[in-house]
Amino acid sequence: MLIQKKRIVIIGATSAIAEHCARLWVNQSPADLVLVGRDTAKIEQVAADLLIRSPESAVQSHRLDFTDPVQIRRLADEIADYGAIDIVLIAHGSLPDQAACQQDLAACREALTLNGISPVLFAEAFAGHMQKANTGALIIIGSVAGDRGRKSNYVYGSAKGLVTRYAQGLQHRLADSNVKVVLIKPGPTDTPMTRHLKQQGDNGLASVEKVAKSIVKGASRGQLVVYAPVKWAWIMMVVRHLPYFLFKRLNV
Amino acid sequence: MVAVSSWGRLSQSEHQVHFLTHRHPAPVQIRETAPGLAHGMGRSYGDAALNPGGCLWNTTSLDRFISLDERTGQLACETGVLLRDIQRLMMPRGWILPVTPGTQLITVGGAIANDVHGKNHHVLGCFGDHVLRLTLLRTDGEIIECGPDLLPDWFAATVGGIGLTGVILSATIQLRRIAGPWLNTETIAYASLDQFFQQADDSEADWEHTVSWIDCCVGSQGRGLFMRGNPVEVENRAEPRDRSFGMPFVPPFSLVNRWSLRLFNAAYFNLKKRKAAPRIMHYQPFFYPLDNLLEWNRMYGPKGFFQYQCVVPRETGDDAIQAMLGDIARSGEGSFLAVLKTFGNRQPVGMLSFPQPGVTLALDFSNKAMQTAQLFARLDAIVREAGGRIYLAKDARMPRDLFEAGYPRLNEFLPYRDRGISSAMSRRLMGF
Ligand SMILES: Cc1cc2nc3c(=O)[nH]c(=O)nc-3n(C[C@H](O)[C@H](O)[C@H](O)COP(=O)(O)OP(=O)(O)OC[C@H]3O[C@@H](n4cnc5c(N)ncnc54)[C@H](O)[C@@H]3O)c2cc1C
Ligand SMILES: NC(=O)c1ccc[n+]([C@@H]2O[C@H](COP(=O)([O-])OP(=O)(O)OC[C@H]3O[C@@H](n4cnc5c(N)ncnc54)[C@H](OP(=O)(O)O)[C@@H]3O)[C@@H](O)[C@H]2O)c1
Repeated sequence: MLIQKKRIVIIGATSAIAEHCARLWVNQSPADLVLVGRDTAKIEQVAADLLIRSPESAVQSHRLDFTDPVQIRRLADEIADYGAIDIVLIAHGSLPDQAACQQDLAACREALTLNGISPVLFAEAFAGHMQKANTGALIIIGSVAGDRGRKSNYVYGSAKGLVTRYAQGLQHRLADSNVKVVLIKPGPTDTPMTRHLKQQGDNGLASVEKVAKSIVKGASRGQLVVYAPVKWAWIMMVVRHLPYFLFKRLNV
Repeated sequence: MVAVSSWGRLSQSEHQVHFLTHRHPAPVQIRETAPGLAHGMGRSYGDAALNPGGCLWNTTSLDRFISLDERTGQLACETGVLLRDIQRLMMPRGWILPVTPGTQLITVGGAIANDVHGKNHHVLGCFGDHVLRLTLLRTDGEIIECGPDLLPDWFAATVGGIGLTGVILSATIQLRRIAGPWLNTETIAYASLDQFFQQADDSEADWEHTVSWIDCCVGSQGRGLFMRGNPVEVENRAEPRDRSFGMPFVPPFSLVNRWSLRLFNAAYFNLKKRKAAPRIMHYQPFFYPLDNLLEWNRMYGPKGFFQYQCVVPRETGDDAIQAMLGDIARSGEGSFLAVLKTFGNRQPVGMLSFPQPGVTLALDFSNKAMQTAQLFARLDAIVREAGGRIYLAKDARMPRDLFEAGYPRLNEFLPYRDRGISSAMSRRLMGF
């Protein structure tokens, strides 16, 4: 019997979190992977690694401009043409310097575009195809930072907040279908994005392996929202409900 | 700045840590942040992987496989890949790392830079003997490809070169065919050093893996358990599941003291002596007995601990080991983790590689400042007299003259050093 390989599309495939999800997926069973990024050399290195971990998998890579709606649409159409997609993971993002965003509106716009608009464009481009096929999981990485704005990173947080509302709406739209929309909210995770926090002695970062594990698990269950690691669900419940007169005194 | 300790937890000094994540941006990243030092899993006990107040290039995210030839067993990978990940990936495909140390939670880079050895040294030598190619990045941006047959002098300087010749970005390793994950093992009690040497010599020809646990409490006569193993084909046996336990906190004082130690050692010896029959073991508990006990190094308390590992030539070895065991037992120090093993009669690749023909003794000691230093001074004298050397992967304190005496190829090595790299160890032992 020929087993149909899972088709998995990863946007921002060079992200540490995404790369570890991919390793877990190919360890489960061989997959047909489409890796999408902006740096060809990096994507090729990730692809070679995954093929060694799982020689029966197949990997295609694509490079494009993550803010160009035309390129995004074309890519999604092309991938969907090959057949139904099992998983789309939208993982790219970058943590901007909040102070710089306050000074420089171009930096502010860039951060909003990359972390907010771009993931939405990708999700929208795939959602229609998945709805038509009536199958698959669309996983979007948001952040705990999107749960409540705070002075140290509210530009990034507002972009992630946009993704949160978007995912909610898309879940509503696809509620009657077999398509699962899963919003991931990682807490601070030990990846290149947060290396400067570690430099400042922040040791509360979760390991990327652990976060990837909860993403893969949450996605297979089709959970609406996955906090990774799970303790952030409780922490953010408190943070969201903390009265403003207390919240404003926190130096966060 | 981040506080970084090595495995012995003797210090907690601040470092500027930069993570290398991909090969191609590494030259620029390193040039911009040098001087510094490569840092893998930090499983070296002493100061080989430390650079207090300076920069460390953490390699653990540089963890991708690059190419694999399943026909020949040649695997190329980035140097932050863990030995554990290679074993897990390749074992089911019939390949294994020819040489691994007593823990698999170390990086390929660390394995090369300390030219590590395992229980099969007499058959397969050191890790470096199975490396076919290295890509070495110098802090000025130059990239040097080397191997046993390509710029062999650079290769010999870098294997065992404790990170001082550059940052190794990738390596090609020759894996070895294996039938499965099982070993046929035997444990034999010995009641004296003579018996130990007898067992070691008798086992050399027919047993691939040999090692012994030694009870450091009983004095110069020595007693312990000799363990040996050979790979064996076993069909249809379920592999053990991964389970690990952590040491949840650092106790306020060392849990290892002379009373707990005596009790523990005697109990262990007598228990194992009675269960000495041959048995089939999975490779993980046989090769890496401590890996499931995460952070066991915390049991020595907040002051940390030393490991003293030396090798002495066989001709002088008998007397030297006896003398050391005597001194250790009299001091009442030492620990449960004590290993006595013979090395094979072969020279390692690296100019500063540790193994030499003879016998090696390795023991942990809780850090008790002066008291420990005095004991080490006595052990050093024995090693010096016997013409032996101390293992750099474990050392945090040996005097410079003992280093120079033990490593006669030092002057040959020095010209290959990268001026943009130095470590606490290199400053202590080489002056810069
Ligand atoms: C429980 C336990 C058992 C052990 N058993 C054995 C044993 O049986 N035999 C044995 O030989 N050793 C043994 N060791 C020691 C261990 O194998 C070595 O210390 C090894 O080098 C640790 O690798 P690491 O990745 O932690 O490297 P680190 O300790 O982080 O670094 C070690 C050295 O390698 C250099 N280095 C690391 N990566 C690179 C790179 N990419 N390029 C250049 N230089 C680099 C560092 O600068 C440093 O000098 C044991 C250690 C433990 C904790
Ligand atoms: N790490 C955390 O603490 C944390 C916490 C909450 C949420 N998250 C979210 O988790 C996701 C994954 O992040 P990570 O932690 O894995 O970080 P990462 O390893 O730094 O990955 C970031 C990814 O985004 C891509 N990217 C950055 N800027 C881009 C641009 N302008 N155009 C195209 N791609 C760009 C990067 O591509 P290149 O490789 O080419 O640079 C890389 O693939 C992100 O959405 C992040 O916001 C992370």
